[in-house]
Amino acid sequence: MADNIQLNQEGKLKHFLTIEGLNKNLLTEILDIADSFIGMNDQQVKKVPLLRGKTIVNLFFENSTRTRTTFELAAKRLSADVLSMSISTSSTSKGESLLDTIRNLEAMFVDMFVVRHGISGAAHFIAQQTAPHISVINAGDGQHAHPTQAMLDMFTIRQIKKEFSNLRVAIIGDILHSRVARSQIQALNILGAAEIRVIAPKTLLPAHVESLGVNVSHSLNSGLKDIDVIMMLRLQKERMSSALLPSESEYFKCFGLTEEKLKIARPDAIVMHPGPINRGVEIDSKVADGPQSVILKQVSNGIAIRMAIMAMAMQKQSIT
Amino acid sequence: MLEINDLLNKLEADLKHIIVERQLTNPLMIGIRTGGVWIAEQMHRRLNINEPLGLLDISFYRDDFSQIGVNPNVKPSQLPPNIEGRDIILIDDVFYTGRTIRAALNEIFDYGRPNQVVLAVLIERNGRQIPLCPDCAGASITLNSVQRIKLTGPDPLAIHLQTIDAAA
Repeated sequence: MADNIQLNQEGKLKHFLTIEGLNKNLLTEILDIADSFIGMNDQQVKKVPLLRGKTIVNLFFENSTRTRTTFELAAKRLSADVLSMSISTSSTSKGESLLDTIRNLEAMFVDMFVVRHGISGAAHFIAQQTAPHISVINAGDGQHAHPTQAMLDMFTIRQIKKEFSNLRVAIIGDILHSRVARSQIQALNILGAAEIRVIAPKTLLPAHVESLGVNVSHSLNSGLKDIDVIMMLRLQKERMSSALLPSESEYFKCFGLTEEKLKIARPDAIVMHPGPINRGVEIDSKVADGPQSVILKQVSNGIAIRMAIMAMAMQKQSIT
Repeated sequence: MLEINDLLNKLEADLKHIIVERQLTNPLMIGIRTGGVWIAEQMHRRLNINEPLGLLDISFYRDDFSQIGVNPNVKPSQLPPNIEGRDIILIDDVFYTGRTIRAALNEIFDYGRPNQVVLAVLIERNGRQIPLCPDCAGASITLNSVQRIKLTGPDPLAIHLQTIDAAA
């Protein structure tokens, strides 16, 4: 098992670093608990006392708007005290400075770190190094994983489509560099989606991508057929400069989701995007703002799913 | 020993009396999951309350989160959006330590400030740990510390007396 460090001796969530190695029951439990937090939106006081007196630090070594703010709101709705830190990683001795940062925060009696870092494995590293009572949540590490994004996507899909077993899901765009795609593919496989199809130019697919349990297509025209859920990925502009793609306009022509292309999928297909969206690059505005888009629902659901994961990771931990 | 219908009849009579005495107008009835909801469904029908029954799941308000964690079977609470100024009849199956009611009141107040809250339970037993008590009960009984009352239901509703392993 790749990441047993995520579970305590009783098999309960301790850290949330990657989807890999978690089972269907645990993922379903996260979705079920998140479901109940959605009901909280009816309350005048949108807060529950679960993490009262706990201190959560958002450690963001990379920029983020949605992820950081929804983590912050989620922590506040659980009544935790939350501190958000944006830290630049200009230092060459990142390993050392990272540990120093952690040690200093530990000395301030922190209970949980939410970590985003440009280097794959950073959250895992912190989980290994930090004091035993502290939980670590991965808010995105390099090209490795973005497990809370994948879970909020699964939550949104289940909310609308009810179950996974009959769903055909397409993930479109830069699969090669996307931590979101990796986590989505793992989650969809564990939850038992009928088919996962990745649609991308060859230059944006990892070698042996089929081994992840997906089918591959290089064209929207054939790839979108019979699809129930379309998950777009953001095209990072720096990919153009590294010569993996000829130009934005050519990418849009081949892989941009337009109203016309959307018609190839099933008529009740939903369109998802983790944000931020590049309008006119990977998705047309008419689709992003259209009736099949659930992009803003994903954002709202991000709060509930992060509440569920934080609450579960902070529950009774056996002290060893 | 405890006949469920006798208890429900007494609770219904007590509630009718309290509604008059405390001048509850258009009361909102709320059941606490799971057993409390079953009792509340009975009272809701017997008292001919039109407004749908409110359902309360106190899992997120429990005071033993750090010992037992999140209940994976938690369900969303279903209360009307505005309970500000309302008269509430809160119903649970067994009143024991009082901690469930503490949690329930905290949750209710997060939905708004009610005018008054009346607490009705099927069975009140000894073992209070905080200064709360029900306004009416189908029965009040004394048990020893290893005895527990368990309600099964909703159809049929039945009361069971269990003895827990004291070492657990």
